[in-house]
Amino acid sequence: MDWVFHNSALVLELTREHLVLSLVPVLIGLLLAIPLGWLANRRPWSRTLTLNAAGFLYTLPSLALFVFLPPIIGTRILDPVNVIVALTVYVLALLVRTVADGLSAVPHRIVDSATAMGYRPVRRFLAVELPMAIPVITAGLRVAAVSAISLVTVGSVIGFGGLGKMFTEGFQREIPQQTIAGIVLVLLLALVVDGLLVLLGRLLTPWERVQHRRSRTGAGR
Amino acid sequence: MTYLGWLFTGENWTGPDGILVRLAEHLGYTALTMLIAMAIALPLGAWIGHTGRGGVIVVGLANALRALPTLGLLVLLFLLVGLGLLGPLIALVIIAVPPLLAGTYAGVRNVDPAVVDAARGMGMRGPEVLWKVELPNALPLIVGGVRSATLQVISTATVAAYVGIGGLGRFIIDGLGQRDFGAMIGGSILVAALAVVADLVLGGLQRLIVSPGLQQRAGPKRPPLRLVRGGEASAA
Repeated sequence: MDWVFHNSALVLELTREHLVLSLVPVLIGLLLAIPLGWLANRRPWSRTLTLNAAGFLYTLPSLALFVFLPPIIGTRILDPVNVIVALTVYVLALLVRTVADGLSAVPHRIVDSATAMGYRPVRRFLAVELPMAIPVITAGLRVAAVSAISLVTVGSVIGFGGLGKMFTEGFQREIPQQTIAGIVLVLLLALVVDGLLVLLGRLLTPWERVQHRRSRTGAGR
Repeated sequence: MTYLGWLFTGENWTGPDGILVRLAEHLGYTALTMLIAMAIALPLGAWIGHTGRGGVIVVGLANALRALPTLGLLVLLFLLVGLGLLGPLIALVIIAVPPLLAGTYAGVRNVDPAVVDAARGMGMRGPEVLWKVELPNALPLIVGGVRSATLQVISTATVAAYVGIGGLGRFIIDGLGQRDFGAMIGGSILVAALAVVADLVLGGLQRLIVSPGLQQRAGPKRPPLRLVRGGEASAA
C-alpha cells in the first residue's frame, strides 16, 4: 500500500472522478426506472415490452456500448458523457425489472386500504406503493451501484478517467503495486457504497424494524 | 452514420486479421473459457447444492465478483504471467466460475424437498437422486448461470484485447491507436451482435433441454379432475 501513500493526491482525484462517473448514472437510472417500472406493471404487453428491452440492453458488452453510443447520441467519441450515458443504460436495464417486481409485490389490501382512505393514484403511488417497494428496490440498487463502480474502470481502456487509470498506467509502466492498489480501492469503494445503501434503505423503512421486532417477541397481531 | 462503411467493406472481413478471423478467435476464447469454467464449477456447485455445505461462500463469491474490476484483473495477470493467452484465460475463468457456481448451487438447492423425498422414498440413492431428480430440476437455473457467465466472458474477452490477445476487441483497441473510428465502432457493433446472438442461442438451447414441465408451457392444460355427485371422477 506504499504506492497509495506516495501518490495520495492522484488517488484522491481519481477516486473523486470515479465516484462521479459511477454514481451519477445510478441516480439518473433510478429516477428513470421508477416511472418505467410503474409503466411495466400497467399491462401485460407493457411488461413484456419493457422487460425484453431491458434484457436486451443488459446483454450489450460495456466496452462496445462505450464506443458505439457516441454516433447514436451525437457526442464526441471520447466524451465522458458517453460513460455516464452507457452506465445509465445499464443501471436502468437492471432497475426497471427490480422496480416492477417491487411494486407488484405490494399487497393488494394495502393499496386498496389507501384507496379507501381517499388517496388519489399519484399520491397513493408516491406515499404508499413506492415506499412499500423500497426493500426490493434497495436490493436491486445495491447490485446496480456495485456493478457501475466496477464497470467504470473498463472505460479507461479507451481513455476515460477514474480509478481504471491505475490499471492502464500500471500496465504501461509495469507496476503491479499500482494495479493491486487500484483493485483494492475499487473493491473498497464498492463495499462502502453498498454499506451506505443498506443503511439508507433501513433509514427509509422504519416500519420494517418494528415488524421484525414484533414477529420476534410474538407481540402484536 | 458514415462510420458504418467499415463494416460493409469486403476487405475488412477477410485476411489474417480480418473480421472472420477475429470472430473465430473471440468464439474460441469464449468456448475454451466456458469449457474449463464449467468443468470446475458444475461438479462443485452440484456437490455444494446437494450437501448444502459451503453455500454461503458461493453466494458471497458471486456477489463479490460484481465489484471486481475485470480490467484490473487482466492487467495484474498480465504483469504476473506475461504476454500470451494464459494470463487472460485465467482471468476469464475466474470471471466465469462464480455465476456458474451460483446458478448450479441455487438450482440444486431450490429443488422442492418433497420431490427429493419422493425420489428417496422410491428407493433412489444419493448419486441417483442427484442425476435423475436434482440436476434435471435445477437445469433452468444452471443454464441461467451459463448464459450470464457466457455474456461476461464475451464482454471481458473484448477488454482483454488491451493486454494483447486477439478477438473482436482488437478492432476497438487498434482502432483507437490509429484513430480509425470506423473500425472501433464496427468492432463494437460486432461484439454487441455476438453477445446478443450467443444469448439467443443459449436461450433456444434452454428451451430444448429443460423439461417442458418446468417451463410453464407444457401444452394445453389438462382440466383438473373433479368429483361429481355420486362419487365418480370425471374431467370437467
